[in-house]
Amino acid sequence: MMSRPIVADYKLLAAAGILSVFGIAMVYSAGQTDTPTAVAGLYKSQALWLLIGLGFAYAVGHSSVRFIEWMTTPLYALSVFLLGLTLVIGKGAGTAASTKSWLAIGSHRIGQPSEIAKVTVVLMLAKVLANQREAPKSLLDLWKPALVVGIPWMIIMLQPDLGTGIVFIGIFFAMLYWSGVSWPLLVLIASPAISLILSFSVGLWGAWFFILLALVLWYRPYLIEGIVLMVLNVATGVVAPMMWEKLAPYQQNRLKTFLDPTADVRGSGYHVIQSKVAIGSGGLFGQGFTLGTQKRLAFLPEQHTDFIFSVVGEELGFIGVTVALGLFLWLFLRITQIAERANDSYSSLVAFGLMSGWFVHVLVNVGMTLNLMPITGIPLPFFSYGGSFMLASWLAIGVLMRISGEGRGSALSLYR
Amino acid sequence: MSTLFLGLGFVVLVGAFFNTQVIKNKQYVMQSEENRLRPIPLPAPRGIIYDRHGEVIAENLPAYSVSITAPSVDSLRSSLALLAPTLQLAQSDINLAIRRYRRAPTRPTVILPDASIDIVSVLEEHRLDFPRLIIQSVPKRYYPDGPIVASFVGYTGEISESELNDPKYANYKPGQQIGKGGLEKQYESILHGKEGVRFDEVDARGRPVRGEGPRPDLDAEGAPPLYTNIDLDLQRFTSAIFADSLQGGAIAIDPNTGEVLALYSAPSWDPNKFTGGIPVDYYKQLLEDKRRPLVNKTIQGRYPPGSTFKLATSVIALRDGLVGLKEHMPVSCSGGYQFGNRYFRCWDKRGHGSLDLEGAIKHSCDVYFYQLGLKVGLTKLIAGGINLNMRDRTSIDLPEENPPIWPSGRDYYDRKYGPRGWSNAETLNLAIGQGANSQTVANMARFYTALAMQGQQARPEIAHLVPQRKQLYNLTQQQDSVLLEGLKAVLEAGGTAGASAIAGLTLAGKTGTAQNTGGEDHGWFVGFAPADKPKIVVAVLLEFGLHGSRAAHIASAIIGHYLKVGPIQAIMDEG
Repeated sequence: MMSRPIVADYKLLAAAGILSVFGIAMVYSAGQTDTPTAVAGLYKSQALWLLIGLGFAYAVGHSSVRFIEWMTTPLYALSVFLLGLTLVIGKGAGTAASTKSWLAIGSHRIGQPSEIAKVTVVLMLAKVLANQREAPKSLLDLWKPALVVGIPWMIIMLQPDLGTGIVFIGIFFAMLYWSGVSWPLLVLIASPAISLILSFSVGLWGAWFFILLALVLWYRPYLIEGIVLMVLNVATGVVAPMMWEKLAPYQQNRLKTFLDPTADVRGSGYHVIQSKVAIGSGGLFGQGFTLGTQKRLAFLPEQHTDFIFSVVGEELGFIGVTVALGLFLWLFLRITQIAERANDSYSSLVAFGLMSGWFVHVLVNVGMTLNLMPITGIPLPFFSYGGSFMLASWLAIGVLMRISGEGRGSALSLYR
Repeated sequence: MSTLFLGLGFVVLVGAFFNTQVIKNKQYVMQSEENRLRPIPLPAPRGIIYDRHGEVIAENLPAYSVSITAPSVDSLRSSLALLAPTLQLAQSDINLAIRRYRRAPTRPTVILPDASIDIVSVLEEHRLDFPRLIIQSVPKRYYPDGPIVASFVGYTGEISESELNDPKYANYKPGQQIGKGGLEKQYESILHGKEGVRFDEVDARGRPVRGEGPRPDLDAEGAPPLYTNIDLDLQRFTSAIFADSLQGGAIAIDPNTGEVLALYSAPSWDPNKFTGGIPVDYYKQLLEDKRRPLVNKTIQGRYPPGSTFKLATSVIALRDGLVGLKEHMPVSCSGGYQFGNRYFRCWDKRGHGSLDLEGAIKHSCDVYFYQLGLKVGLTKLIAGGINLNMRDRTSIDLPEENPPIWPSGRDYYDRKYGPRGWSNAETLNLAIGQGANSQTVANMARFYTALAMQGQQARPEIAHLVPQRKQLYNLTQQQDSVLLEGLKAVLEAGGTAGASAIAGLTLAGKTGTAQNTGGEDHGWFVGFAPADKPKIVVAVLLEFGLHGSRAAHIASAIIGHYLKVGPIQAIMDEG
């Protein structure tokens, strides 16, 4: 189904293309260890996945936004179905061997449906939000979008895959914001989670509770909503920590492991320590491409997937890190522009949703390498080795190319 | 708004990376190097020990040590279990290795300090199976003369747990070799070289990945040599005289300087067998030997000095002007002396008649010295002995020396027997070298250096450092010559050691018999030569040697060998 040709968004293409080539180069370097492992040849497969991804992007770029919108519901349904399937026949991999995020036939792993779901959930959420006449004003107005994200989210948390779960929540809030949901309402929605985070300190939680009270009185949600919110906040901020304290250490560990199987397998933060040492020893200019010793001598774990950014830090130094992060920023700003100039709210929401998903990935993954974020086993877009994510990412680039091309006057002409 | 949010996120990340990579760079570079660089200590060769003519007493031979690195005790245990059959490890070796590991887990743990070439070649074949194994060429201590030099050179061995706790060894690490006795221990700080270090690059599993050092090696610095005063030729000769049948101690000193020319304790032991761990059965054999080879009979063993002490009594009496040179004692010797209700015998029950000091020394007449002792009096005798260093170590440069035994004062007897439990008869015993008086061979030799040098004694010294001499006592020239004539007469016809005279050489000396309640008496001889210009003082103690004449014979042989005079006269044992 071909539609009218568009002018390609070269800036978008360039940003994503350079990031992908940079990423494959890093996967190649990740394979260069003194004791050769299977990682050595993975850059080839990653390049192949990029080519396939480019093909997908090309195909999607030649469809139309309306067609994508039309396909949204079936694609969403299919991805939820595949996600559900992982609970039945799912397999784990690597550090998360006990989980079920991989769809597998026999012992052969095919792919991770959650990566594809990241894209389809954005599409579905955009569709639902775009169909609403006006931005949701109350919590009750949010039941539909909440359901769209909630169903796959529940399945992912059952796999369990905390990292992907966090990405979904990030996407959910970002798209609500983009659809025009007011700040106070977003804060009210997020309040139980904030309570949970602040629950470690009675004083902080108390202060937060008063701010929340003031916010509720000012925003004046429905009475029942207000009461439910306050009860939820008390539950997460006071009752949950009390219950947590009552658990025996082994029960706490079980719960932690259940929520996040990749965290701290060797104990005492070995992964993160080695990652910080790798990054810190890189200095301003790095130890040189493929020459990082932490990586070469296998001190750096998961150097081609979760901790690939540590290789960037070790081998290319602060300069390399800044260039990589700059490329990401360039990409994200470009997509924000696309979202701002999109023809319709569906397109705009899709663009912003995809961008926010990647942003959460970058923030959590890169932050994790410096111990600013918990280890959740979340990959770095365009860098971390992995076919499903590469495909999904380039599928998303294809969608963005289409949205950009159909955008009024096209972004390219605006910048001329 | 969203742009601001994006920008903020990236600024925070870039800031965090700047902090880690640029500001804290040094700290992480160090951690990264700690991760990948494994320091392998390179043992330094110990200083070579030479005798006075440049002959080697102690040197280093190449040997192989086998050590291993391990991330944990459990890993070490399993590695040792795998290696045990190849290395022929006993359970005790394994326990020892684990103790070494616990002390210093970051250092390679020594498994075999001295591996045989067979084991090393087998290990080299299987090097890939045991990547953490380190086979090193290390210097191993070797004493070409073995048991001959053991009495003064000591031995080396691995530093022990208790030594590691000693602040003196604060900079030492488990598995290092240190001096354990003798010169090796005394001069450890000189003989111990400076350990070097080689850096191996290892991966996360501790496997070495690169041969050439990623960081330059720090070479081990060998220790400077130690030059000693020992005359190895004389030492060998001394050892040969004792052979296997005799037991006792001997020391030869140059009285002019205090240089120790020879020091031997018989029977000896083989220090080469002690290097790199004392074999249990050998050690047991030495411990169970009734001749007590592990007791150094020259500096540790203490024996009543017997008649050799009569010269000390003489010096005390002469110095205080309590006896004239030609003076005879009130009672002449008829084989004994009646003191109160006790009869004190002379060693020769035929009696010596009336003697002056020179004659009393020549014949070693007990009756004369009983009366001389009484003339001096107990208090002055004890003080005089203390004054002549009879309570002090010689301060010879060996760590094992025992102090001699001599009363500190009259109260010594009060404490020992009760205030009324003893009589003045102790004076008689002390005067002839019996009683509360036990001396080391070295200390008697030290006293005789003063007799040889008109009262100027020399501190015996094995390593060639700074000689220390002091005036022990001052006598008139006449007094000195009377003592000397008496000592010379001992080795003339009719003297107690007349049979040990050497033709063409004037010897001076004194025999002695140390009464031994546990068995046969020990025999002493302390003397010097040439009598008028002494070059060597020799003290010999023969355990169960009955009387000093046999000891005198050994001493005169040592002297004759050193001064290259001889052959000595035929042996004629006296009664």
